[in-house]
Formats: sequence, structure tokens, C-alpha cells
Amino acid sequence: MANYTENELAKDLENQEYKFGFTSDIEADTIPKGLNEDVIRLISSKKEEPEWLLEYRLNAFRTWCEMIEPEWAHVHYTKPNFQDIAYYSAPNQTKKYESWDDVDPEMKETMAKLGISLEEQKRLTGVAVDFVMDSVSVATSFKAKLAELGIIFCSFSEAVQDHPELVRANMGTVVPHTDNFYAALNSAVFTDGSFCYIPKGVRCPMELSTYFRINQGGTGQFERTLVVADEGSYVSYLEGCTAPQRDENQLHAAVVELIAKDNAEIKYSTVQNWYPGDKNGVGGIFNFVTKRGICGTNSKISWTQVETGSAVTWKYPSCILKGDYSTGEFYSVAVTNNYQQADTGTKMIHLGKGTKSTIISKGISAGKSQNSYRGLVQIHKNAKNARNFSQCDSLLMTDECGAHTFPYIECKNSSAKIEHEATTSKIGEDQIFYCLQRGISEEKAIGLIVNGYCKEVLNQLPMEFAVEAQKLLTISLEGSVG
Amino acid sequence: MLEGLTPTSILLDEKELNSAQNTLAKNQLPTTRMEAWKYTRVAKLGKTNYTSSEETVTSIDSYRIANDATTFVFVNGHFSEELSSDEIPAGVSISPLSACMEGEIGSTNLILEGEIFNALNTAFLTDGIMIDIEAKANVEKPIQIIHVLKGEANLSNFKTIINAGDFSKAAVIQGFFAEDADRAFANVTSEISVGTNAFLTVDKVQYEAENTSHISTEQVSQGKDSTFTINTITLNGGLVRNNLNIEVNGENCETNLNGAYLLKGKQHVDNHSVVDHRVPNCNSNELYKGVIDDKATAVFNGKVFVRKDAQKINAFQSNGNVLMTDDASVNSKPELEIYADDVKCSHGSTTGQLDEEAVFYLRARGLSEKSARQLMVSAFIGDVLEKIENEDVLNFTHSLLKSRFGWDFE
Repeated sequence: MANYTENELAKDLENQEYKFGFTSDIEADTIPKGLNEDVIRLISSKKEEPEWLLEYRLNAFRTWCEMIEPEWAHVHYTKPNFQDIAYYSAPNQTKKYESWDDVDPEMKETMAKLGISLEEQKRLTGVAVDFVMDSVSVATSFKAKLAELGIIFCSFSEAVQDHPELVRANMGTVVPHTDNFYAALNSAVFTDGSFCYIPKGVRCPMELSTYFRINQGGTGQFERTLVVADEGSYVSYLEGCTAPQRDENQLHAAVVELIAKDNAEIKYSTVQNWYPGDKNGVGGIFNFVTKRGICGTNSKISWTQVETGSAVTWKYPSCILKGDYSTGEFYSVAVTNNYQQADTGTKMIHLGKGTKSTIISKGISAGKSQNSYRGLVQIHKNAKNARNFSQCDSLLMTDECGAHTFPYIECKNSSAKIEHEATTSKIGEDQIFYCLQRGISEEKAIGLIVNGYCKEVLNQLPMEFAVEAQKLLTISLEGSVG
Repeated sequence: MLEGLTPTSILLDEKELNSAQNTLAKNQLPTTRMEAWKYTRVAKLGKTNYTSSEETVTSIDSYRIANDATTFVFVNGHFSEELSSDEIPAGVSISPLSACMEGEIGSTNLILEGEIFNALNTAFLTDGIMIDIEAKANVEKPIQIIHVLKGEANLSNFKTIINAGDFSKAAVIQGFFAEDADRAFANVTSEISVGTNAFLTVDKVQYEAENTSHISTEQVSQGKDSTFTINTITLNGGLVRNNLNIEVNGENCETNLNGAYLLKGKQHVDNHSVVDHRVPNCNSNELYKGVIDDKATAVFNGKVFVRKDAQKINAFQSNGNVLMTDDASVNSKPELEIYADDVKCSHGSTTGQLDEEAVFYLRARGLSEKSARQLMVSAFIGDVLEKIENEDVLNFTHSLLKSRFGWDFE
């Protein structure tokens, strides 16, 4: 990645677009840079949205205008210029490279190491090839199966058109548009995302993945996900991909809302591997995400995340444990290398009786990166017999990186039990020596130790995902032997 | 808040005085929107019109923590010569700040510049004490400073300056009490410098009244090979906030911070600490434990900084809380900020209640429910109390526990 920066990639893309005469299309589907009410009206009308959604967007925009960009996170970056972003662009610009030979060799190598098939590699890099059709058909057959069970799994825009009542009733109930600066921005300008509804008592037979929504275009800059699991249902939802993703958009502000009704269970797994910037910290994605779930009685929400990408990550998947005896879980591995900065953690808000939460966070800092855990465990007055266990471990790979822990523990009930533990250390020389002695190279030894260290979290991932995530961890830390 | 106060007559550094006045003119009292004051409301301090009047206390027998000690007494921050010791042990020079000449009181640490309670303290300083411990002096008798708040809406702005010379050893006891005090407020700052290879122990006992306020800030700088220990026991006081800022500036230092807080009524106690490891090869241990009863609230915020290149640091931080009622609450925020890799740092925080099975075990052996609970609480707090080396301080603490909580265990 040393001599191929994001700017160059962007330039390539620009050239390609001109070369292949997409100009007319683009003009039709892109609106000028800048953000004002007209832009929002335009987005809404282009998407043929109902009146209430436009109102929602405008409301959010007005709130956003009065908000100040938060600065409390332990990260430093140049603030994006919100008037210098085009808030709507055609979703069909996935064609990034015309031929396979144009793709950055380093990226190819990484994907080969991840064990991604050549076909898939091409698709992921956005090379225009016809095999995509296969995947589409696979996706379609899955969709048929889901439809049989009454499961709705589609893009957000489709859901707005086809199931407006479901969207309207649930959207913004977990993350209101007034929630925070980026959530407000997202609520005003979100272009697309995913919607998922599991009917009462249905156990979703397969892992739902954004991956199957290929034909609906790449991930948007302002994505919105809404997962509703009705009473007694179960769903496991995967977001993201282990393959490296490049994107011309620097700012990503997504909103994810999960609603687990009584006795339902949602398992939400994320692997985030956006472009982290080059070795000197130039470029890279800003990932400012608001993720939150709300639990009904006896329900469970489990967040699992593997964060390896992005120049700046600002992300706190949270659970509001509103129903009695509900459970919240958060398993996270955050790896930062070079000049990456991550401020991530969770909020567990215990409102109901007998609510339980578990937090396992593993931070790994390498290069000159800064990695912070920031979490809140809040036990409200009525949360009798609430239980929380938190463990935040940090691993430091070099003497120039930083690892920080900022836990907030607030307890207002005497029957609650809260435990919090954090440790910071580095990989022991004796551990490395042991591996070297047995003929395992240093690089491999580090991979081995790191994977062991993260095992508690990786075990929570769906199987295929876990295998890829393990390889990804090793790759992310390549060349960071301290 | 400030109308009834007279500006300080202590001969402080002029620049510092100006900066303090500036800070007071420009800033408001902190609100809960500020991170450092997130859990502590101080607005009511701003609504009280304080004065600083001289009052007299007839006897300090009930406030004397250590019997065999060099004692200095201050009432509402004013020096009470007749109650204080006449003799000052060899190797130390002690004098109230009001007796200091111009230029004798050095400039305070810049870290606190802009901090409003420090500015209030400087601009309206009532009095203070300067303790200079000579190099190589081993001061056997502890130096005891007794503060008594008395009267209505009295504000005591007090400053302690301790310079522990190289290779010296000393112990300082600070006791804070209230006598017929109503809405009194003690705003105390300490500047402590610990020299090379010096040993310094500070024991603080806070036992004021249900409606008094107390804000104290300790600014400590540690030299090479030194050991600094501070034990903070908070048993009474309406609003108590302790800021401990410790800068470890020399290698091979040891820093111990221990705290115990037992609260009832509507008390609020906030313990803030920052241990800043600037150089390699140091150890720090922090242990804070508290029992919160009735409608009381406790806050713990501990921060450990390990600066870049400060390798081989062992920093441990632990906070335990027991909530006795559903109206009690606790906010705990143990933080680590680490920029070096070869370190061992950990922190832990627990919040819970007494183990019912253990209570049952004791009851099955003939203890009443009350004494079973007391025994368990005293064992819980005992972890902190056993760190106090001075037996007089320990015995005094036990006697306070007995009078306030009816404890019978030693």
C-alpha cells in the first residue's frame, strides 16, 4: 500500500468513469456537494419516499444543525467538511476496475491469504465480470426460502416501499434522530441500508448476511440497518466482510437499530475492514457508527465485532436491557496498526429486573496507533438482581502505541453485582521464545498468540467467519513485531 | 458566594494571585456537564454566601488523632496558637503561612492553573502551613494538623506545603472536623514535594458534619527512589471531593493510595485520583473501598497515566463498593491511559452487596443479623485499614466507626 494511496485510487476511478463514458449516467444520479433542506428533499424524492419519511429526515436535519460535533473521544483527526460531501450518488457505481490486472497487487495478495476464491475476489474489488449472476441466483434462491417463513430481508429503500408500516413503527425507536451528531446526520441523509423482520416464533434457518444483497449495490456511506425480531424469534445477522474494502467516501456514519421483542434473540456479528490509511497515516476511512439494540422480556442481543480497519473508529454497540431477565452481550476485538485510532466499547443499560450483561473486549495496538475501550454499565434503580461482568484486555505490540480504558460504572441498585477487570500487557518474550524454539517463525508465533488471546471473542463468530477473522488478525498485524 | 470574603493577606506570589483572580472572574463553578465533575454537583456552593470569621475552640481532645505528635490547630483556617504544640522536633521547620515573609512561599504548580477551586483557595487564602523536612532527617513524631470548622457558612481556604528533603522520613496526619458548624466549607489544597529517596506518609481523616462541604486537592511530585503513601478515610461530610494528583518524576518510586469511605444519610463522596507515571521503573498501588448506606452516593475516578517510554511500570488500581440500600448509588470510573508497552497495569472495580450466604453462616453460629453484617463490612473495609501503619490513626478511626456506625470490632 506504500505507493498506492486512496487518492490515486480515487483518481483511477475518476479516469475510468470518463474513459467508459459513464458521465451522462452520473450526472443524472449524483447531486451537487453540500447539505441543505433542498438536498434532503431531493434525496427523498429520488427514492420516492412517503411524506412521513421526508418529515423525519428534515426534522433530523434541523436537529443536526443545532448540534456540535463531539470531541470527547480519545481520537484526533481533521474534522470532515460536511458541505464538501455529495450526499447522494448512484448505487450502481460498483464497477471500480475494468480488468483484473488493474487491481492493486497487494490487495490481491491479501485476499489470497484470506483464502477467498478468485471469483469472489473479483467481485469484491468490483471488477466487472459476469459471474456475479451466479451469486445473484444464489441470493434469489435464499430469498425464496426466507419468504416461505415470512422473513423479510431486503434493502431499506425496498422496505420503505413494500412494508412502510413496519419501518415507520420501528425506525428511530432505538436510536432517535436526536441521539447524537452522527446519528442525526445519518437520519437526515441516509441513502440505503438493510431491513430485516423475523415474524413471531420463527427461527431464521441461515445466517443473514449483507453479503447476499450483492445485486443491491455496495455499502453506502450513510447506511441504515433495522432488524426487528418479533416475539420468540431468532436471527443471526452478519455485517461486513473480511476482505479489504476500499471506498472513495471518507466519512461513514451508519446507524444500526436492533429490536428484540419478548423471548427473541438477535446475534449481530460485524467484521469491519475498511481502508485504514497508508503506513504514514494518510487517508483512510472515518467510521462513526451508532449501534444500539433494545431487549424485551427474556430476550437477548449479542454483539460481536472484529474491528481491524478504518483510520478512525468511533463505535459503541449498546444494549438497552428494558425487559425483565433480558441479556446483553458484547464481544469485541479491535486491532489498530500504523496510525489508526479506535475508540470503541459498549453501553449496557440495565432497566429491567434480573438483567444480565457480559462485556469481553480485547484491544490490540501496534505501530503508532491508539486503541481505547470506553464503556458504560448503568444499573437503574428498578434493575433488581442485575448482573454485569466486564473484561477489557489490552495488548501492546510496540512502544509507540497506546492502549486506554475508560469504563464508566454507575449503580443505583443494591442487589446488583458488577465486576470490571482490565489488564494491559505485551506479548511475553518467553512466549515468543517458546514458539521459536519449536520452529515457529516469529511472525507466525505472534499470529498464534494473538489468536489465542482473542479466542473468547472469535468463538462467538459464525464458523466460516471466524476462520477468516483469524487470518485477518494475523494479516493486520503483519510487520508489527515489536 | 464571594461577597462576604476578604482577599488574602498571605504574601503569595503576585503572578499566581493575579492568575487566580483572573480565573475567578472568568469561570463559573463546574457543572455535571464537565467530565471531571460528571457525578458531583457543586451548584449549592455557589448559592451560599460564605464568610471567614475567626472562632475559638476550647479543647481539641476529641479531635486529637495521635497523642504523641507535633500538633497544629486551625479553626476555620485561622491558626490557633494556644492549642498548638510549642515544640517543633529537630530536623523540621514548621510555620503558618501567615508568619511567612514575602518570597518565602514559592510558586504553586502550574497544573492547577485555571482550576476554579484552586483559584478560590489562592485568592482568598485564610492561612496555611509550611512544613520543611530537612534532608536526611528522620522525624519520629508525626506532624498532626487539626482543622475544625465552626459557625455558620464559614469558608476555610487552607494550603499545606510539604517539602520532604532528600533521604528524609516523616509522617503527616491531617484531621478535618466540624463543631457546631452549619453549611461550612473547607477548600483545601496541598502542595507536596517528595525528595530523592524520601519516605512520606500522609494520613487524612475526614469527619466533618452532614451539611458541610469539603474540597481538597493534593498536588504531589515525587523525586527519584522515593516512597509516598496517602491514606484517606472519609467518614462524615455532606459533600466531599478529594483530588489527588500525583506526578512521579523520578525512577524507582513507589506510590500508594488507599482510601476507605463509609457513608450514610445523604452524604456524597467523590474520590478523584491521577497517577502520572512520567519515568520508567516505578510501582503504584491504589486501593479504594467503600460502604454506602441510606441515600448516600459515592464516586470513584482513578486514572493511571503511563507516558511514552515510561517502561517497566507496575500500576494496580482497585475499587470495591458495597451498596446497603436501594437508594444508595455508586459511580465508578477506573481509567488507564497507557503509551508504553513493557508495563503491567490492571484495574478492577466491583459493586455488589454482602454475600447473603456468608451472613447466614455467621447467623447460624449465633451472631445477630446486625453483628454479622457489621463483621462482614469491617472485613471488607479492613483491607484498606490494615494499610495504615500508624496505630494511633487506626485506633482513632475505629473509635469514630464505633461512635458513628456503632461498630464493636477492632
